[in-house]
Amino acid sequence: MHAESEIREPLILGSKNYRQITDDIIAPIEGKASKGWYILLTFASLTFLWGIGSLAYTIGVGIGAWGSNNGVDWAWDITNFVWWIGIGHAGTLISAVLLLFRQKWRMAINRSAEAMTIFAVMCAAIFVTLHTGRPWLDYMLFPLPNQFGSLWPNFNSPLLWDVFAVSTYFTVSLVFWYIGLIPDFAMIRDRVIKPMQKKMYGLLSFGWGGSARHWSRFEEVSLVLAGLSTPLVFSVHSIVSFDFATSIVPGWHTTIFPPYFVSGAVFSGFAMVLTLMLVVRKVYKLEAYLTVKHVEYMNIVIIVTGSIVGVAYLTELFIAWYSGVEWEQYAFLNRATGPMAWSYWAMMTCNVLSPQLFWFKKIRTSILATFILSIVVNIGMWFERFVIIVTTLCRTYIPSTWNSYTPSFIDIGIFVGTIGMFGTFFLLFSRYFPVIAQAELKTILKMSGEAQKKASAAHNHSHVTTH
Amino acid sequence: MMEACKKLRSSGIRIKDVFTPFPVHGLDHVIGLPRTRIAICAFIYGISGTCLATLMMWYMMVNDWPNDIGGKPNWTYYMAVPAFIPITFEATVFCAAHGMALTYLLRCWLVPGAKAKNPDPRSTDDKFLVYLELNDEQAKKAESILRENGVEEVNHKGTLHIEPAY
Repeated sequence: MHAESEIREPLILGSKNYRQITDDIIAPIEGKASKGWYILLTFASLTFLWGIGSLAYTIGVGIGAWGSNNGVDWAWDITNFVWWIGIGHAGTLISAVLLLFRQKWRMAINRSAEAMTIFAVMCAAIFVTLHTGRPWLDYMLFPLPNQFGSLWPNFNSPLLWDVFAVSTYFTVSLVFWYIGLIPDFAMIRDRVIKPMQKKMYGLLSFGWGGSARHWSRFEEVSLVLAGLSTPLVFSVHSIVSFDFATSIVPGWHTTIFPPYFVSGAVFSGFAMVLTLMLVVRKVYKLEAYLTVKHVEYMNIVIIVTGSIVGVAYLTELFIAWYSGVEWEQYAFLNRATGPMAWSYWAMMTCNVLSPQLFWFKKIRTSILATFILSIVVNIGMWFERFVIIVTTLCRTYIPSTWNSYTPSFIDIGIFVGTIGMFGTFFLLFSRYFPVIAQAELKTILKMSGEAQKKASAAHNHSHVTTH
Repeated sequence: MMEACKKLRSSGIRIKDVFTPFPVHGLDHVIGLPRTRIAICAFIYGISGTCLATLMMWYMMVNDWPNDIGGKPNWTYYMAVPAFIPITFEATVFCAAHGMALTYLLRCWLVPGAKAKNPDPRSTDDKFLVYLELNDEQAKKAESILRENGVEEVNHKGTLHIEPAY
């Protein structure tokens, strides 16, 4: 057992013991759902239904139902795809990168952050699937033997890399998440009384018993999966950025894109984790585990990644000017002063200015301010992708192809629908799954529990006086 | 519990298994578990993924139907190898992660419908359970060691089954 300095703030507040952790995590599963939960679920599933309707309409009549046109052939579909997949990145970052860095504060948030990753990647997948135009032919993306004279997909194309990257990312995240869930499902199985629940959680827990041999394998598997997921998460958004960077469109053809996209992804993902976490801690009364300190740590990550994003924006501007390439210069001039300049300045305000407010400790540790700013950041990051894609495509090389863009009702329906789907899945998850990785949390109770820390501090002082 | 396990071991009693609600660091060393080799499996799966992806792309892009796409020829593998690196990497991670996860689940027999492996349901909540298989003489010795180390409960089942909890 490692001792921890008294100066470090506790990560589990109050005097909790192992049993109380079990009780607190299982409370939403054993108890009745609150009225708020039902209201939120109704709202989320209705929006999800609107999304399904729009989706079905798009499949029925084709992507002419969207606002995309000849010039702006990538629009909300790819904007939303990149936005969702970026949001997903924070989950993996929390569970994998912070595991490698042995950050104990990740333990209270990793479960819901990973769930967020999985649901966000599902939402992202909807957009790319539809974007192909004929989703029933999407099997052609995979290297399958076919009837076209064995014509294979083009492995030189970043779009195909994306297929591999996103599917690897989704399946690996899912497996990582589930392996972590098994011990917690076993805890629920051993606790619940209703026969149906016992049976369901028994099935989900795969017969876990917590034997020392299994725990030692479990830890090794988590460590190696974290080691594999870390480069994976960076590769996924790098490859997403290659979709743009390997093209010859001015404003897209830049080498800064991979790091710029990855930091933007982490930035927006942490914002989304905060939005969800602040709701979860309130609704399920988990304030003792998801403390203000956790919020502060995440806000610090937001300042760091937000500043990287800010520097990237300025670097882009500088390099566009310094390169002397007129096309490139015009692309940025158009973003900042063109017909869609409002979206550029919305992006700048939300992504560059707003996170800087977190330098003030008062704001960084305020729940309300964090909640508002986390939403602002997500809006900003959506606009970043909108600016990169739509504003750029409105003004490419040939003025005769210059165009404008307005989303259709269906576009809005699908986007809002995915938010509804995300909300529905997350609400169901938070009701029926253990929202906090309780087994992991129990490992840090002795070191980082408030009462335990006080006890050990008192113990140390008494030693000092007696000797 | 760690102390009790150490003493049991030093008095020559073999610890069959320990069931804990969370991973206890250093426990595997105390009860004499060999280090798991699952990471080596992952490495082998990963290398297989690298080879599979390379073989697949070589076959599809170079051997079966080479194309010159956008001025980027694929007449030999090395010509286009930079473009093949992302997928090689993804396939490596894919095979390593899924191979290891499957090995872990099957090796521990964690499958849907498997029976709960813990002898007492409280061991996933807040109790720590040491599982011993002993003859009567050893059992007495073990019980006295456990009592000295603050055991909460000792259960005998068929053969013998002792359970300390802290």
